[in-house]
Amino acid sequence: MSLSKEQVQHIAMLARLELTDDEYAESVAKLSRIVDFVDQLSQADTDGVIPMAHPLDAAQRLRPDVVTERIERDRYQENAAAVAGGLYLVPKVIE
Amino acid sequence: MTGSAWEVVIGLEIHAQLATRSKIFSGASTAYGAEPNTQACLVDLGYPGVLPVLNEEVVRMAAMFGLAVNAAVAPRSVFARKNYFYPDLPKGYQISQYELPIVEHGELYIEDADGNEKRIGITRAHLEEDAGKSIHEGLDKSSGIDLNRTGTPLLEIVSEPDMRSAKEAIAYMRKIHTIVRYLGISDGNMQEGSFRCDANVSVRPRGQEEFGTRAELKNLNSFRFIEKAINFEVERQIELIEEGREVVQETRLYDSDRDETRPMRSKEEANDYRYFPDPDLLPVEISAEYIESVRQQLPELPDAKKQRFVAEYGLRDEDAGILTASRAVADYFEDAAAATEAPAQLVANWIMGELSGALNREGLEIGDSKVSAAELAGMLSRIHDSTISGKIAKQVFEAIWGGEGTADAVIEAKGLKQITDSSAIEAVVDKVIAANPSQAADYRAGKDKLIGYFVGQVMKETRGQANPAQVNQILKDKLGN
Repeated sequence: MSLSKEQVQHIAMLARLELTDDEYAESVAKLSRIVDFVDQLSQADTDGVIPMAHPLDAAQRLRPDVVTERIERDRYQENAAAVAGGLYLVPKVIE
Repeated sequence: MTGSAWEVVIGLEIHAQLATRSKIFSGASTAYGAEPNTQACLVDLGYPGVLPVLNEEVVRMAAMFGLAVNAAVAPRSVFARKNYFYPDLPKGYQISQYELPIVEHGELYIEDADGNEKRIGITRAHLEEDAGKSIHEGLDKSSGIDLNRTGTPLLEIVSEPDMRSAKEAIAYMRKIHTIVRYLGISDGNMQEGSFRCDANVSVRPRGQEEFGTRAELKNLNSFRFIEKAINFEVERQIELIEEGREVVQETRLYDSDRDETRPMRSKEEANDYRYFPDPDLLPVEISAEYIESVRQQLPELPDAKKQRFVAEYGLRDEDAGILTASRAVADYFEDAAAATEAPAQLVANWIMGELSGALNREGLEIGDSKVSAAELAGMLSRIHDSTISGKIAKQVFEAIWGGEGTADAVIEAKGLKQITDSSAIEAVVDKVIAANPSQAADYRAGKDKLIGYFVGQVMKETRGQANPAQVNQILKDKLGN
């Protein structure tokens, strides 16, 4: 078991997931297996290997600095739970 | 700062908004002040299925900054996701750079308290997108989210912890501010949030190698507040330690109304961003040829320009510093100096004096000056060839400012030409001496200071138009008898 329950609780909190005790037990077991699997990689000799940033062996294409987007605010806001005066409304965020 | 027992250690993270037309990863406009959410496109809103495409201009601007601070521009840099939840961040992550930033190992020089040159290291500068804005006022149980700013390109410039006082931190920040504006990569507008700063502040007993525990001061958006916030924080930390308590590593906000810093109440434990390379973006590759082509675009930078102003124009060091603090002012000075025979120091004095006074009075930038460099030069030429005195010139300057035409036209129309005809001045001097017999007697009896009184009387008689040097000489000759 490579992960503790506390670690999984921390990960769940960061991902905003609420889990029951049963779900925790299951998650700890499953996630541990994944981590154990990935841990095998540390046995490989990676000296001198440049970490891969992307599976495609290509470089980023760039776009010219031009305004191309037409904004349809009303349409985009149809999906929002609440809007007012063009703003998206969310439960009060305390600074 | 309290005594010398404590040493202050400061590092700054400056966010400079890059002056692009469109966003870093989308074709939405970056113009400031638009109606809420009218500049947030589907990419900025984090709609499913959209993909970021990098703006070529931000790469050029970052490379330019790197070259300007003598840094290495990375041939390969990588965008990473910084994961956290906040309502103004619709995707749930900010695209930033982490392990492989575009710029590393730079430096610049500031002047320390003793006037010596001091090197400040620049650890790195990386590209990232800005988040949106939360609005709390006027909304009852809600916060309003405006995502116009989302995706605006930022260059985050991280210094080494090399500064030892709030003053040094300000000097460093001003230098960065000057550089980004010289390069034309940021407008540096602090009110609009285009240039903001977080400060990492700690104290340690003088002589101690190890750093003390630091606090991070967030979102300081004026030079004055940064200085006050740092000074407050330093006092607070010293007090804590001297009382035998400990400084806690935390993020604090500066409250300018109360002039104090206080801890942010929000989740400290959430500082677990789980960075990983963004699979939607490929590594950015920059060729040596490209870096060379950017190097060709570099303008003359503030330090070099200042040195040249001293060497080429014979200006005082301090004046050269003032004139080169902004590229527009430096250009104005050079245009004016090139258009007149008058000494460069005179040109400098008028720009720093009358001109900057008039600009301040009307809240104008030098680009909007009502007296052009050519018009100022025209007037200074008339001082130089003794057509007008420096005093009358102020009147002429105001008239040009008020749109009454060139210096020559104003001098002609108002009859301000200086009187340099000795016999004319002698006549006035005779008249003044005759009208003031007792003062003349006192002067002759040794009250030398009275010469000023006579000069004043002569100038009054000639409406300020007599050549002051001649007036002085003739008065001394006549009174000396």
